[in-house]
Amino acid sequence: MAQLPFIAAIDAGIHQEMRRDSRVLYFGQNMATTENHEFVAAYGHDRVRVTPISETAEIGMAIGAAMAGLRPVVELYMAEFMLVAMDQVVNEAPRFRYMSGGQVKVPLVLKAGFGFACGWAGQHTGSLTAMFMGVPGLKVVVPSTAADAKGLMATAIRDDNPVVFLHHYLLTLEPGEVPDGEHLVPFGKAEVRRAGGDVTIVATGWMVPRSLAAAEKLAKEGIQAEVIDPRTVAPLDLATILKSVAKTGHLVLVDQAPRHATVAGIIAGDVAEHGFSSLKAPIVQVTARDTTVPYSEPLEAYVIPDEERIVAAVRKSLQGRR
Amino acid sequence: MSVQAPTVERQIWIYTQMLRIREFEERVKRTFTEHPGVIRGHTHLADGAEASIVGSLCHFRDGDAALATYRCHGYPLALGSDPKAMMAEIYGRVDGLCKGLGGSMHLTDVKRGFLGTSGIVGAGIPHAAGAAWAAQIRKKGEIVYCFFGDGASKQGAFHETLNIASLWKLPVLFLMENNGYNVVTTTEQEDANAANGEPLAVKSKAYSMPGVTVDGTDPQAVYAAVGTAVERARSGAGPTLVESKVYRLSAHGNIIAPPGVPLHYPEHEAITVFGKREEYEAALRGDPVPRFRATLVKSGVLNAAKADELSVQVAQEMEAAVAFAVKSPFPKLESALDNVYA
Repeated sequence: MAQLPFIAAIDAGIHQEMRRDSRVLYFGQNMATTENHEFVAAYGHDRVRVTPISETAEIGMAIGAAMAGLRPVVELYMAEFMLVAMDQVVNEAPRFRYMSGGQVKVPLVLKAGFGFACGWAGQHTGSLTAMFMGVPGLKVVVPSTAADAKGLMATAIRDDNPVVFLHHYLLTLEPGEVPDGEHLVPFGKAEVRRAGGDVTIVATGWMVPRSLAAAEKLAKEGIQAEVIDPRTVAPLDLATILKSVAKTGHLVLVDQAPRHATVAGIIAGDVAEHGFSSLKAPIVQVTARDTTVPYSEPLEAYVIPDEERIVAAVRKSLQGRR
Repeated sequence: MSVQAPTVERQIWIYTQMLRIREFEERVKRTFTEHPGVIRGHTHLADGAEASIVGSLCHFRDGDAALATYRCHGYPLALGSDPKAMMAEIYGRVDGLCKGLGGSMHLTDVKRGFLGTSGIVGAGIPHAAGAAWAAQIRKKGEIVYCFFGDGASKQGAFHETLNIASLWKLPVLFLMENNGYNVVTTTEQEDANAANGEPLAVKSKAYSMPGVTVDGTDPQAVYAAVGTAVERARSGAGPTLVESKVYRLSAHGNIIAPPGVPLHYPEHEAITVFGKREEYEAALRGDPVPRFRATLVKSGVLNAAKADELSVQVAQEMEAAVAFAVKSPFPKLESALDNVYA
């Protein structure tokens, strides 16, 4: 175990796979511009390259390279930059295996930060996770700890499908214990971050530490919250969520995206359909308010779910319980 | 660099493949009237572009790859795909090349190097460059053939990819079939080069790569122009933009009449939209398939009897493809859920 910042843990995952598999490529804008770049030095320019600002070509070329047998990782920096090339992400990468009747595989990783609610205003702060999770053929990964960042990146690179790897920008420097050596975290397996019997909270990305902080506050009132981090939303480990709801009877879903663009809404629908009899109260969703993320600090804080809103949501769910 | 003219055997091979593409697509076209409802959605024919397709792919070697667009029936035929499996795919049947999951617009035959076809204009161009990056890393002199239309050259994907491909000296050929129309829009209406009387191949200058315009209805001219580009790509010198001027002899696609059954191909847009019947008829008079036959007969490569025999053989082959495909069953319903993930 080593203490590593989240961002270094992602790099450790990429290194782990590039060392063991010469088919792995890593490329993107504003990287690999000198021979000293750590990935260039380790793996050379055949496999590590700087690209122009051309997201459509970057992602499209990753698709072609993947169909030709390689395993590209595209450094996109910000999830919004995928919007520039949305056709390649949504209507090219996940389609070719299917439309070819299984003749080709498209193993690639689109690595992008998201949710930079830190004064980056309206165009670099989005939480676009749900935009990708409903696309058949795509897998969507949202790590919230440094260890998972390494292990999920490694699994993403080994996966034979296109994977959108979304790391939360406000977790970038967050340190954590990261296993040395080979580390893989399976897709579709949620992690219970905190056990509790009174209420189930489900959150991803930066909303996980906020939910854990809220849970500590609630614990002082005698409320024990179980906090579940799905870690991958496609595939989604609904079983772990349903099992927890069967125990607690109360569900609070926390999501940084605006109301109707959330993963929370999709989980709510699934739980309402498959876990209705377990529910003792309506599902409560804590989401961003329905607006573009504002620049001004107090306004930004007002828009995005915080500890207080999560605590209030739990209280609302448990209202009248006793 | 100068490319040797194709041998007599290659010339006959080129003519045979041109004929096979034409005869295959004639039967696709006839399916709309002879078996209404069997072909669904939108289908696009390559008639008029056969010389360009075959003259280009004549240079194809094992280990090379080709990617194309939704107008994709010609390439796999030239690469050796089974027309029975192709027709079955176009009919949505279990024996289809792609198990009925892709259809006319998405023919793929990986075993023959035909990696894939995007139905989104221009979107496949970066895919070809990515496959070319893989070839560059393999260092075996393998190259990628990237086919697209004139319309695609107005997409960002085209410009982004040509820039990177030239910058990285990728072993890829950008083979633009300029058929003069983007659906019902003429090239002069949408392309600044065309509007100013310049060939579309001048776009290559912006990316510091060679660009050449060739008569795409003459397979030997295409063979020579593409051959030069092939030599350059295999040597590691980088990509070339080849503008191959063709005339599509059918409308953009079969008629779209939702809801219901598409019944036929309408007349070419030159006639239906622009009233330029003479333009279309001139193109018909220049039809590359009979023209190349005449060339080969005149030069003694083929005698008329042999050419007739070839026509009969090819017609029989394609009739058999229709008969096979019509009889092939539909896939099992649950197979719709296969191959979503690898």
